[in-house]
Amino acid sequence: MKIGVFVCHCGSNIEGTVDTAAVARTAMDFPSVAYAEDVMYSCSEPGQDSIINAVREKGLDGVVVASCTPRMHEPTFRRAVERAGLNRYMLEMANIREHVSWIGKDREANTNKAADLVRIAVEKLRRNRPLTPKSFDITRRVMVIGGGVAGIQAALDCADGGIEVVLVEKTSSIGGKMSKLDKTFPTVDCSSCILGPKMVDVVQHPKITLYAYAEVEEISGYVGNFDVKIRKKASYVDWSKCTGCGLCLEKCPSKKSMDYFNEGLGTAPAINIPFPQAIPKKAVIDAGFCRQFIKGKCGVCAKVCPSGAIDYSQQDEIVEEKIGAVVAATGYDLFDISKYGEYGGGRYPDVITSLQYERLLSASGPTGGHIKRPSDGKEPKTVVFVQCVGSRDKSVDRPYCSGFCCMYTAKQAILTKDHIPDSQSYVFYMDIRAPGKLYDEFTRRAMEEYGARYVRGRVAMIYPKGDKWVVRGADTLMGTQMEVEADLVVLAAGAEAAVGSPQLAEKLRISYDKYGYFMESHPKLRPVETNTAGVYLAGCAQGPKDIPQSVGQGSAAAAKVLGLFSKEKLESDPQISQVNLTRCVGCGKCEITCPFGAIHMIDFRGQPKAEVIETVCQGCGICTVTCPQGAVQLEHFTDNQILAEVEALCQF
Amino acid sequence: MDVVNMNASYDADFVAKVQEESEQNLSLCYQCGNCTAGCPLNFVYDIPVSQIMRLAQAGQKEKILRSHSMWLCATCESCTTRCPNDIDVARVMDVLRHMARREGYVSEKAVKTFWDSFLDSVRKHGRVFEMGLVVNYVLKTGRVWTDMDLAPKLMPKGKLSLTPHPIKGTEEMEKIFKRFEEQGGCI
Amino acid sequence: MHMSELSFAYYPGCSGLGTSKEYERSTRAVCKALFVKLVDVPDWSCCGSTPAHTVDHVLSAALSARNLAKVEAMSHETVLTPCPSCLTNLRTANHRMEKPEFRERANKLLDAPFKGAVEAKSILQALREDVGLKMIAASTIKPLKGLKVAPYYGCIMNRPPELMKFDDSENPMAMDDILTAMGAEVVPFPLKTECCGGSFGVARRDVVAELSGRLLSVAKRAGAEAMVTACPLCQMNLDLRQGQAASAKQETFDFPVFYFTQLMGLALGVSEAELGFDKLCVSPGRVLDAIAAAGRVAERESTPGSQA
Repeated sequence: MKIGVFVCHCGSNIEGTVDTAAVARTAMDFPSVAYAEDVMYSCSEPGQDSIINAVREKGLDGVVVASCTPRMHEPTFRRAVERAGLNRYMLEMANIREHVSWIGKDREANTNKAADLVRIAVEKLRRNRPLTPKSFDITRRVMVIGGGVAGIQAALDCADGGIEVVLVEKTSSIGGKMSKLDKTFPTVDCSSCILGPKMVDVVQHPKITLYAYAEVEEISGYVGNFDVKIRKKASYVDWSKCTGCGLCLEKCPSKKSMDYFNEGLGTAPAINIPFPQAIPKKAVIDAGFCRQFIKGKCGVCAKVCPSGAIDYSQQDEIVEEKIGAVVAATGYDLFDISKYGEYGGGRYPDVITSLQYERLLSASGPTGGHIKRPSDGKEPKTVVFVQCVGSRDKSVDRPYCSGFCCMYTAKQAILTKDHIPDSQSYVFYMDIRAPGKLYDEFTRRAMEEYGARYVRGRVAMIYPKGDKWVVRGADTLMGTQMEVEADLVVLAAGAEAAVGSPQLAEKLRISYDKYGYFMESHPKLRPVETNTAGVYLAGCAQGPKDIPQSVGQGSAAAAKVLGLFSKEKLESDPQISQVNLTRCVGCGKCEITCPFGAIHMIDFRGQPKAEVIETVCQGCGICTVTCPQGAVQLEHFTDNQILAEVEALCQF
Repeated sequence: MDVVNMNASYDADFVAKVQEESEQNLSLCYQCGNCTAGCPLNFVYDIPVSQIMRLAQAGQKEKILRSHSMWLCATCESCTTRCPNDIDVARVMDVLRHMARREGYVSEKAVKTFWDSFLDSVRKHGRVFEMGLVVNYVLKTGRVWTDMDLAPKLMPKGKLSLTPHPIKGTEEMEKIFKRFEEQGGCI
Repeated sequence: MHMSELSFAYYPGCSGLGTSKEYERSTRAVCKALFVKLVDVPDWSCCGSTPAHTVDHVLSAALSARNLAKVEAMSHETVLTPCPSCLTNLRTANHRMEKPEFRERANKLLDAPFKGAVEAKSILQALREDVGLKMIAASTIKPLKGLKVAPYYGCIMNRPPELMKFDDSENPMAMDDILTAMGAEVVPFPLKTECCGGSFGVARRDVVAELSGRLLSVAKRAGAEAMVTACPLCQMNLDLRQGQAASAKQETFDFPVFYFTQLMGLALGVSEAELGFDKLCVSPGRVLDAIAAAGRVAERESTPGSQA
């Protein structure tokens, strides 16, 4: 074999603490190494060209690149090696950056270690053999989980791109949090007016199948070939008959149901359509509050329904779909304000969240768009907004900034002035974050034109005084305590990952961070992809963001899906396990230990033998460790290859 | 108001000492003002507590040690409880008080005298002899009318003893204070 | 019928000998009535309270640790104290002395070193958690109906939560729960943990007058007829110095300020003499009369044939 070794300087990243030229010289003495050089930036165009030229000119049949982590550039170098005419698996990388130069400053020690890592890579490469990926068919259908604005955008872009979309939404209507907003910043557009047409497009698009009031039950398979089970939850209303006329809501005698859409402000009838522009506009019975279910007698809605759509015996239904890719766009929920005992959230009726205030502002809300104090229904004259409640706060384990609260608070202060001209708003803030287009100008308008009084300082406590609420904060710029007697207090509650995110992530087999937000492949360069092939992200599920960013990510995820589906077939990763039939004794241990269910027993000439399902195998290697015969081997990480590395290292 | 020249006036030793003795990282403070907002004693402070924290971050030793605020801190723990960065602000104030005492900056003499009289009583008797404490305080401050209006309320109810009740281990108490002073402690 | 007797080491604190005599007496009476055995720490000494920790933390720890070492010698792991200042000093010393270097420095000042872990708890916590509401309610002989009281916890008993580990640090409910279980009407009081002025009464009486005055003012506005406390210093500031507070706030108060153990004792049937009501500066007469009157009405209504 004739191996070429290329030791990368990576500018001063590696060369700063490793003598790359010396490593290259040492490598020339390793068995089978025919060529070695040090390169400035091996991943750059000239860098890759020098590798390709060396392969062609020196007749090399294997390449070792000593540089950064393979997680960075292994695909890059594999493609380079392929362009040079070799099989892409005749490449090995030695990580002399993250594992050597970034750890310590001792040049001599680092150079020695780098040489050792190159030695190991050479020994492995000597036992590599060319591998060929197989191709498989793709189901050109995508499932979008979450019907908020990000999911809606992803669904529409995919559908307009010609592929079928299955949109699964947990609540009975799409629209997400955006449908709860009154107006949006910085244009003060009516939220449902701009979202509405998109929602209608979704439900009318011939390529989109919408499952509302449904959740993903189970998903199995692999990129291009997923099998999904979707649970359509029982609404106790036959949606094929329901016209959304709303008669049942009017006549329902049980009016004390939890009004989820209005964030718990006011109550709703037990049979309900969440809001007038709901899509689909269908009724749902909340069995926890419905008299028919609790007491066994009522049945008023069934009597008045002109379409006879009520069905108390309805059960959950499981629907199966075959899809090729998933976009997770499950959005966010708000921080629980009752965790701030000093603000009395949950105890004091006039201390509410920003989303609850949004419902008070909205014409489709519980007060018909008139701002009223929850305690006595009076119009507030002094409204105090408190920012950073559950954001930028280590003490409640929420150190991050939620990103949109400064903007929506300015918007709410502006709207308050519009609704109640003789009102006075106060905003207690720490910093104003307004990075988008026309954002800073918008927050300045709130202060300069709408008279909102911004006070720089946090709020320590809120307590009642008569029928008012004393908000006790600080003005750090003046260096004083600052008290405001408020009629209504609005807390800008921070964003959190949507309830149920970790459970969904585990079903999709994607990673999530400690806050439940789904993990992107790379925070800078790959924000809408995950490390699981075929699963993409969009919107707040990946991290708090505002509407334009969510829409942008929805389109980006759609672009990724369309790109994936543009190929005729997909290639499977050949770095998977294979069974040597002569060695296999059919004990079945590998079948039991495989976490992905990728091994099954077959009958081979009357004897049981293990067989790997190539498309399901993730290449984890657990079976190879389990097999007592060494019959199952992981391609590209065989026992012999690994042992060769160990022996090369343990020479001394 | 003078310009603060950071090269000249930033006292790095002071900052290091405050952080070491209080076991708090001052750079965690992002000056949100929550501590000042909740401080019940702020109305008698000359410098609000969040500004004391800022001055400490900026190494402004003189300004802090000359202030009255630390002497008037009741260590009520409102600030520590509510700080979003989990800083024990009350402990920083206590440490600044220690430093002020050690270096001779006493801006609230009466407060210091009261505490000193209290500790004198503990040193001598092992338990606080309240009458003795007040007498000691009055003698040192000359404030003869201190709480004169309260004595008639306490005495008939037997709540103010005229004689101390020393413990048996008074020698041990003296040893505690003596050892403290010998090891460089400053009362 | 009672459970096996609870037994704790007991650290009374200096105020109990003088200005909070009634708290000390009523605490012992209530514990006796609820079968909680208190074993006094022999020859206990002052924990140093606020003055010690404003001088030096090692000195402060040593003063507390002298007593903690005695509790260790008593083979007890828990010591109860009625005073939150003693409590925070004992707990802080215990916590800081977990670190070997600090423990060594503090022990150097002592004759008998403190070795390990002794947990200090408040009497309120022991009654609320170890005795429990069920037993307290069941032992109530004379319900406190007719009492409208604002519960004031003081600033340090529950704060900081990581150290004191008892009840909610913004809205504690232990006294509320106990007194409600014993029949009283507990008025929602928004300043439960707001400082009363602490030990500044002698040197800066303006501070206490303002802060305690504010507490009294808000309690009155909330509709309470009395206040109840769990701290000798708070009680003294609100009761003894009520006149000073009234002048500062330009208001009249006439608000009795009880120790919670006095009210508990009343409900458990302990004699008024043992509870030291006569030691309160602002007379509790009117409130006690109202409780007694409500008790008589309740008795009449529950007696069969009384409606005839």
